[in-house]
Amino acid sequence: MKKFFHSIWVIAYREFLHFIQDRARMISSFTMPVLFLVIFGAGFGKLIGQMMPGVDYLQFMYPGILAMTVLMTSIMSGVSIVWDREFGFLKEVLVSPLNRSGILLGKATGAAGIAIMQGVIMLVIAPIVGVSLSWGIVLGLIPLIIILSIALSALGLLIGARMRSQQGFQLTMQLVIFPMMFLSGIFFPLTGVATWLEVLSKINPVTYGIDAIRQVFLGSEVAGVTIFGHTMGIAESALLVLGVGIVLLIGAIWSFNKQE
Amino acid sequence: MKVIKVKNLVKRFGKLEAVKGVSFSVKEGEIFGFLGPNGAGKTTTINVLCTLLAPTEGEAIVNGFNVIKERDQVRESIGLVFQEPALDDYLTAEQNLRFHAYAYSIPKETLEPRMKALLEMVELWDRRKEKTNTYSGGMKRRLEIARGLLHHPKVLFLDEPTLGLDPQTRSRIWNHIHELRKKENLAIFMTTHYMDEAENCDRIAVIDYGEIVALDTPDKLKDAFGGDVITIKTEDNDKAVSLLKNQYNLQPSQENGTIRFTVPHGEEFLPGFVSGFPIRLISIGLHRPTLEDVFLKLTGRAIREQEADQMQQLFKRRMRMRGH
Repeated sequence: MKKFFHSIWVIAYREFLHFIQDRARMISSFTMPVLFLVIFGAGFGKLIGQMMPGVDYLQFMYPGILAMTVLMTSIMSGVSIVWDREFGFLKEVLVSPLNRSGILLGKATGAAGIAIMQGVIMLVIAPIVGVSLSWGIVLGLIPLIIILSIALSALGLLIGARMRSQQGFQLTMQLVIFPMMFLSGIFFPLTGVATWLEVLSKINPVTYGIDAIRQVFLGSEVAGVTIFGHTMGIAESALLVLGVGIVLLIGAIWSFNKQE
Repeated sequence: MKVIKVKNLVKRFGKLEAVKGVSFSVKEGEIFGFLGPNGAGKTTTINVLCTLLAPTEGEAIVNGFNVIKERDQVRESIGLVFQEPALDDYLTAEQNLRFHAYAYSIPKETLEPRMKALLEMVELWDRRKEKTNTYSGGMKRRLEIARGLLHHPKVLFLDEPTLGLDPQTRSRIWNHIHELRKKENLAIFMTTHYMDEAENCDRIAVIDYGEIVALDTPDKLKDAFGGDVITIKTEDNDKAVSLLKNQYNLQPSQENGTIRFTVPHGEEFLPGFVSGFPIRLISIGLHRPTLEDVFLKLTGRAIREQEADQMQQLFKRRMRMRGH
């Protein structure tokens, strides 16, 4: 058991080291969300105002961009296991006495940890770009960010554990990350959209994560996702994302142990 | 004491039998070489011994531990240098070593002096703060050797330790290996397809198509070869070959316009042969058998033919890794 936790720590430590040392990644982790916030905000600002009267566009966009940052970072860090394989480093890890499940959970911890750091960076940026935050909102957001990042890191790892080459990486970007992002209500509210879009977005677990984040942010001004006539509250959405995350994580561990 | 014991090891990938029941053992402090062409089963055997692959049949014991049942103990007993670099290029040399130390739970007190000693041995101490993506191929390999030794393994596995390196770097790496053996009483299990490198080994197993075809010291392998190698070029090679077969009772082989055959006591054979051979000779040569000759005789083909192919593959892979 001690070895198991030791393995998690060693692997996660390397992920953090990468994050801290990679300047380009640090800078892009700031600029990307801000860019999205400014451009999408300017573009969709009025539209969203019409769709949801009384809601400020920035207040609507910001939680979405926050979730997007967490989503991108988590999945990407998870998939980075493909890089480790391609550059041979995975072998060094695999012949070491580290525990296999610990290696995978370490990766997940690292990925989630980095995503959480990104989320915190976003929270720090908020007042600068003119989003109003209260301590209550921040406290409510942090557990949601953690849950979402764990679930999405697990997804990234599940994909990464099965993928053999970097070529598959681009495909993952296009077939998994972008659809998940666009079908989650990050950029536009999912009320009153075409039925097929609504169905797809309700299958997408990210939708619930973002919805919970947005509910914390905007309070009762937005209604939760309605599924089979039931409107999901913050806790329910969070639990759903957590459940999906645990299933994905178990799947990733199983898949990794089986193949390596 | 035997640090590696392998008995009837078989590894199948689906229908393909990569290793067909090999048996051998490696003594403490010995340099043991696996010599064979690409695809002979060298790397597969290493992967089984270092617990990356489970054997299909047979038994392998490393440092007294079973590679299937006692994986963790085996992993702690071995150091590995892979055919392809396995460094984290985003980290510095020192950080790479530290990661390794954490993974193997090396206590801090022993780590610091050990790290310094090893980095000094491979002459990288001054560059330890640099990221490894600035390192050349030879430097990376040296760093990996240092890393493989950090946790005081009983056996160091070197899979083609000098593949793709220039001659100076190769001989430098060999100096390190010899130095190591003196200092650490460590067994070294290596694979190679460079004949001159195989000469550095205490014992060599020649492996081909997943089977060990010969296993002995380099000298004994050459002695068992049966005499000296004579190479000739003639004006009519085909006729010469049949003549050598029928009238001289020799077993000549022809390759790239050169005929080669083996005779005991070559010096005494030559004068009579030159004056009596009916076909005009263009050139004639005599040499003591090399491992290359041994290999050629045992497997019926030259290892050099495959080498070009292998380098090409390696080059392609490197290009792909850079994203070209």
